[in-house]
Amino acid sequence: MYWEKETETMPRDRLKEFQLARLKKSVEKASASVFYGELFKKAGLDSNGIRSLEDIKKIPLTTKDDLREHWPYGFLAVSKDELVRMHSSSGTTGRATVIFHTIDDIKEWTNIVARSMYMTGMRRSDVFQNMMTYALFTGGLGFHYGAERLGALVIPIGAGNSKRQIQVMQDFQTTVIHIIPSYALHLSSVFEEVGVDPRRDTQLKIAFLGAEPHSEKTREKIEELYGVKAYNSYGLSEMDGPGVAFECQRQNGMHVWEDNFIVEIIDPDTLEPVPEGEEGELVLTTLLRDGMPILRYRTKDLTRIIPGPCKCGRTHVRIERIKGRTDDMLILKGVNIFPIQIEKKLMEVPGVGTNFLIILERKGFNDDMTVRVEVQKEFFSGDLKQLENLRHRIIEELKSDILITPKVELVEPGSLPKSEGKAVRVVDNREE
Amino acid sequence: MIAYQLSVFAENKPGRLAKVTGILKKGKINIRAITISTSDVFGVINLIVDDPEGARSILENEGLTVSMKEVVAVVIEDKPGGLDRLVQLLFDEDINVENAYGFVLESHEKAVFVVDVNQVEKAQKVLEDAGLETLDSQALSAIEPFHYMKY
Repeated sequence: MYWEKETETMPRDRLKEFQLARLKKSVEKASASVFYGELFKKAGLDSNGIRSLEDIKKIPLTTKDDLREHWPYGFLAVSKDELVRMHSSSGTTGRATVIFHTIDDIKEWTNIVARSMYMTGMRRSDVFQNMMTYALFTGGLGFHYGAERLGALVIPIGAGNSKRQIQVMQDFQTTVIHIIPSYALHLSSVFEEVGVDPRRDTQLKIAFLGAEPHSEKTREKIEELYGVKAYNSYGLSEMDGPGVAFECQRQNGMHVWEDNFIVEIIDPDTLEPVPEGEEGELVLTTLLRDGMPILRYRTKDLTRIIPGPCKCGRTHVRIERIKGRTDDMLILKGVNIFPIQIEKKLMEVPGVGTNFLIILERKGFNDDMTVRVEVQKEFFSGDLKQLENLRHRIIEELKSDILITPKVELVEPGSLPKSEGKAVRVVDNREE
Repeated sequence: MIAYQLSVFAENKPGRLAKVTGILKKGKINIRAITISTSDVFGVINLIVDDPEGARSILENEGLTVSMKEVVAVVIEDKPGGLDRLVQLLFDEDINVENAYGFVLESHEKAVFVVDVNQVEKAQKVLEDAGLETLDSQALSAIEPFHYMKY
């Protein structure tokens, strides 16, 4: 049940010794880059200053802005000849950042993806349909390499073309898929359209959900619709991509591979570590990357560490499902709102379909939020009162959670823009 | 006899009703009666048509959200007190009317009144016991609003 038993179940004190040795090496490697060379000089720091894991705090935090300002080669710690691959963030927030890998970097990354997949029960007898964009996005190639390393049969179908996805799934008895959660919800309506029942007419058993934060309810919905176990994963291109953290079969938090990364959770305002188990911003340090080591990287993702050991026997810490990003946070009438909060609430209301859209508008000095919600086809009974009740229920549910009374509009199933990639959940029409 | 009413969920904006009637025209579906109820941003279009199943399937094929429910279509006299007789009967049996609408069959002779009630079977029995004629979808599609022969 383990891909690498010794590493995965290593006692924590040994794991920490391991991390310290690797951190020293990482600092040493990083000092060869323009960015860290200057930074360490300014801070009067070198690898000799790292005597315990606590000393990591001596290293200043790195941000996405640093990566942008030193674009494209300012973080390179090796000569360009050593590089074999470039990836880039999906660029959903500002200018894309680029990451370079050496052949060893790709090997290590591939190994933790394979380890993650193996952990969920995927084996070499499986057929893996990778329904993700390949190209610069790390989710496609990252999973592809991991699955090949594991020994499964990989179908590199890529994203989109729903009917073909379903056909291929049936033709080659796909057992494992990698899919964006909002697309999984959309695809279920295409299944219905073509008269194929994913529970009955396919061999699917595992779905890897990625590239998009989603709620527990969404996971449950996908498990129910497809008859699979759906596993949440976490990754970002700056830290390789997928495979940074992954759920085990307990589905209770994602194990961060601590032989590859050091995990910190900080208060995004004071930048100090939060007490263990409390929520804050995830900060990660690469331990095995040669081409482009990144130390204490602010992910802008909010989560917490789940205290205590996991029943699966792995000793690597677990982080909770990402609550949101500090940068997709909406501020409305002084209240901080995460789209994922709204999604979570909506999915709890019976009658709500799979798609929604948040629209923000400024009227005079007031910001207004309108939530357009697709109604579930089966829910509609022809009764206007029932729809009105649903609308009020949604307003009440949202009000209790976000403390703002949104306008709610019910719309016809399938009328909101469909997503074959990352779902557009928020349209902000407020002027700066 | 039980009749069927189709309800279509539609956003309250120009073109939605036109879409529904356009689809029905193409499908050669005849509309017997129509009512629309709206809230601010969405509404429900209720239809009595000559082929409810057929209409439902072509509307759904066009991506519309449709539901079909049983209603009672009653033949009443087209004269003062005609509707009152029907409503009093329902009231006596404590049957609640959710929605109702009607159309004239023969001026000053007969009209059809469609009632959407909370207890369809009971309503139907009460009306039949009282000697009122109820129509099913087939009968609704067969009736001719004007009897040309008479003129």
